[in-house]
Amino acid sequence: MKRDGEPRIGVYICHCGTNIAGVVDVKAVAEFAKGLPGVALAKDMMYACSEATQREIINDIQQERLDRVVVAACSPKMHEPTFRAALERAGLNKYLFEMANIREQDSWVHKDGGQATEKAKDLVRMAVARARLLIPYKESEIPVGERALVVGGGIAGIQAALDLADSGYKVFLVEKEPFIGGHMAQLDKTFPTLDCSTCILAPKMAEVGRHPNITLLTNAEVEAVSGFVGNFKVKVRQRARFVTPECTACGECVPVCPVAVPDEFNMGLGLRKAIYKSLPQAVPAEYAIDIENCLNKPNLLVCEKCLQACSPKAINFEQPPEKELDLEVDTVIIAIGADPYDPSKSQDYGYGKYENVITTIDFERLISPTGPTLGKILRPSDLGKPKRIAFIQCVGSRISNPELEGNPYCSGICCMVSIKQALLIKEKLPEAEITIYYIDIRAKGKGFEEMYRRARLAGIRFIKGLPAEVLENSDKSLTLVGENILLGELYEHRHDLVILSVGLEARKESEKVQKLFGLARSSDGFFAEKHPKLEPVDTATTGIFLAGAAESPKDIRESSIQAKAAASRAARLMKEGKIRIEALSAEVREELCAGCGICESVCPFNAIHVDGTSHVTEAACQGCGVCAASCPVGAIEMHHFTDAQVLAQVEAALADRPKEKIIVFTCNWCSYAGADMAGTSRLEYDPRVRLIRLMCSGRLNPQFALRAFELGAAGVLITGCHPGECHYQSGNLRALSRYELLKRLLRSLGLQEERLALEWVSAAEGERFAQVVNAFAGRLERLGVLTKAKGEEPALTTAEAGRREG
Amino acid sequence: MDKMGKIDLSAKELQEEVEALSGQRVFACYHCGKCTAGCPFASEMDLTPRQVLEYIMEGRVEVLNSRTIWLCAACFTCTVRCPNGIDIARVMEALRQILLRRGEDSLDLASLGEEELPQIALVAGARKLIG
Repeated sequence: MKRDGEPRIGVYICHCGTNIAGVVDVKAVAEFAKGLPGVALAKDMMYACSEATQREIINDIQQERLDRVVVAACSPKMHEPTFRAALERAGLNKYLFEMANIREQDSWVHKDGGQATEKAKDLVRMAVARARLLIPYKESEIPVGERALVVGGGIAGIQAALDLADSGYKVFLVEKEPFIGGHMAQLDKTFPTLDCSTCILAPKMAEVGRHPNITLLTNAEVEAVSGFVGNFKVKVRQRARFVTPECTACGECVPVCPVAVPDEFNMGLGLRKAIYKSLPQAVPAEYAIDIENCLNKPNLLVCEKCLQACSPKAINFEQPPEKELDLEVDTVIIAIGADPYDPSKSQDYGYGKYENVITTIDFERLISPTGPTLGKILRPSDLGKPKRIAFIQCVGSRISNPELEGNPYCSGICCMVSIKQALLIKEKLPEAEITIYYIDIRAKGKGFEEMYRRARLAGIRFIKGLPAEVLENSDKSLTLVGENILLGELYEHRHDLVILSVGLEARKESEKVQKLFGLARSSDGFFAEKHPKLEPVDTATTGIFLAGAAESPKDIRESSIQAKAAASRAARLMKEGKIRIEALSAEVREELCAGCGICESVCPFNAIHVDGTSHVTEAACQGCGVCAASCPVGAIEMHHFTDAQVLAQVEAALADRPKEKIIVFTCNWCSYAGADMAGTSRLEYDPRVRLIRLMCSGRLNPQFALRAFELGAAGVLITGCHPGECHYQSGNLRALSRYELLKRLLRSLGLQEERLALEWVSAAEGERFAQVVNAFAGRLERLGVLTKAKGEEPALTTAEAGRREG
Repeated sequence: MDKMGKIDLSAKELQEEVEALSGQRVFACYHCGKCTAGCPFASEMDLTPRQVLEYIMEGRVEVLNSRTIWLCAACFTCTVRCPNGIDIARVMEALRQILLRRGEDSLDLASLGEEELPQIALVAGARKLIG
């Protein structure tokens, strides 16, 4: 952008009480700022975020004709929105604001006041240098209609769909099974109230079935997704049901069907026919034919028994086996739920090997009146009444040993599941001895502790200490050996039935769904929310929300809460009818573009297409900048993170004593937040590092690193999200391949490649951030001052080389 | 177990020495009891393997007087089962080493003299009782 004359930048240095001023000489930093080019005024303030200070800033903008503002205070993750709003109140474009993080990334991580003040000065110099080049952007508005897609018909999807439909929005509910209800439909009673699960779920399912605003698509899966909020195009593949809505659910087809297969709804504990229903209250009410197991195949009729039995003539084998539907929706709610952990993956407890070892989800079907035993508790081996029943907690949970099968997290529901089931057994078999082997009982929730107390008073034994394995005896009873930790003594107990209390894990389809919708997952495999505390149902992609156990293990109540929250978040967008998109998109300078198509191939969001030259679909662009870093001719400019702005930061960071400085490039989502976390945790690290924030490590133009070396920087550290956790799917892997190339380039320039490093740091890994920085600083210490390998100064042509290579 | 008389270690020194010798983070233990549950010698031990870890976490130096650390056969059953990835067999070895390296309970092969010893006892003793 062409500017008229020198900018007028206002710089405000925050004391943050003593948070900053206790370490950094704030007044000295303000004095220093006054001398920087383009700075019209610089002040220090006690609390920059206070309303009074913001009014002062607004006043300064208007009285002093400021056209840029820099605040040196806490992390932009904290207060950037606050100050941007102040700029807008003063009539200044919010993209003309820049923040220097002198709290989380300075005063909280360095104890030496002198070094911290020097760093604060550098951070302010960098922010001012960047501010000089900031460009105002107008945020574009795109229309958002009133159609929502809900993926998954469990309790979360049902709740979200109903809330949206009741609010007047059109909902497509896609469920891969022939019936909705999910895991909740399999449960007998719910904790802690012991409501009958089906009794409270069935009315909701029925409402979904008849709601005029809900299009229910069962036997259906999402196959392809393109577009963006307000304009998602979704391809759904629906398998035929072979039963038409004329079905009156009389059930006369069932007894005549000659096929019997294990019933997955009953966890394989019973059999079902090829024409079937999950449970009497199933929705849709029509029966479904499992064509995989039916004797008939499309266009090949060998058995007509059900056809003959069906008086309303509702069975039609001529339906095409599958059809594709093209939906257009404005918002999406992902509610695909979770899978129960499968304990047969680990041999210790003999699941799948010993008949009388079952899981808690198997037991739900065993005790359910609609289950294979019609609610009688029978042990599978001989259908006898079990007298001694054991629950083993934490099966597949809380396992951080990478050598073992299982998940490191606590699912948070299994304690209550076992306590509930133990109480239900007590009701049906008052004589049964019930023992719950546990590590810790986690009963946090409304009415949970009370239920735990009820169980103890009912005589259920809680033994702290897990058995190491389950041994089967000749009478099919099971022996558990372990330590009663509270006694410090060994136990050896015999049980007739052992119930493994399993946790939840991410659906096996999660990866597919993640790729289809361009979402991120956390290291546990569950979908990642935009912010774990403050945006718990949003995803990083505008217009896509999370509900239920797809995001993390949840009970029914929590799933409902999140589903209703997701519905209201989606409704908020659709009610507004339009959305402002952050102006962080890519822009193609067509005069430079050669139309090579590299950007189109690297864009994770299908936001670029080449038609002679490249064109960016602004609403689909998420602003990662992978395209800009890949463009061989530098024809792509990233709004608010232009090459010139980043290079200005590099140069400002190295303006003073460059050979001591370490440049750290961070991505906005993981490693920058990880550095903030190091600050919040007050973890000290080497004070010579200067952080530069990019949106994604994939934005790293090799030129940025080369410019740092050209100016004599001791080292350059590239940081980003762990593989698989990239906010932009795979930007970090682009960074990795560029890093490999850059190392080769450094070698060919005669520089020590050890001065360049790449590390993955997640937003939660403050400790790791500090370790990584210190280890790198230690390595540079050993290498000494930057020189060419043969003892010469680095050639000033490195940046030229970078431009050619990049 | 008697109060530790022979070796003068503070609680912190004990913890540091165990972690340094074993390379294990003892404090990761959350007391599930699977180490004891699978231990073939647990019934003969005065402290269960899990209690040994608790003694270290509590900095109780008398753990060095426990029979358990000598009964441990280093079969590694506890190690492979620990959900927290603590190599408990190494922790046991570290406790033995603390004693052996100070000359406590160590075996002086030369002093065995002429008495008849089964070969297996000699080899096992040499392995386990020499610091």
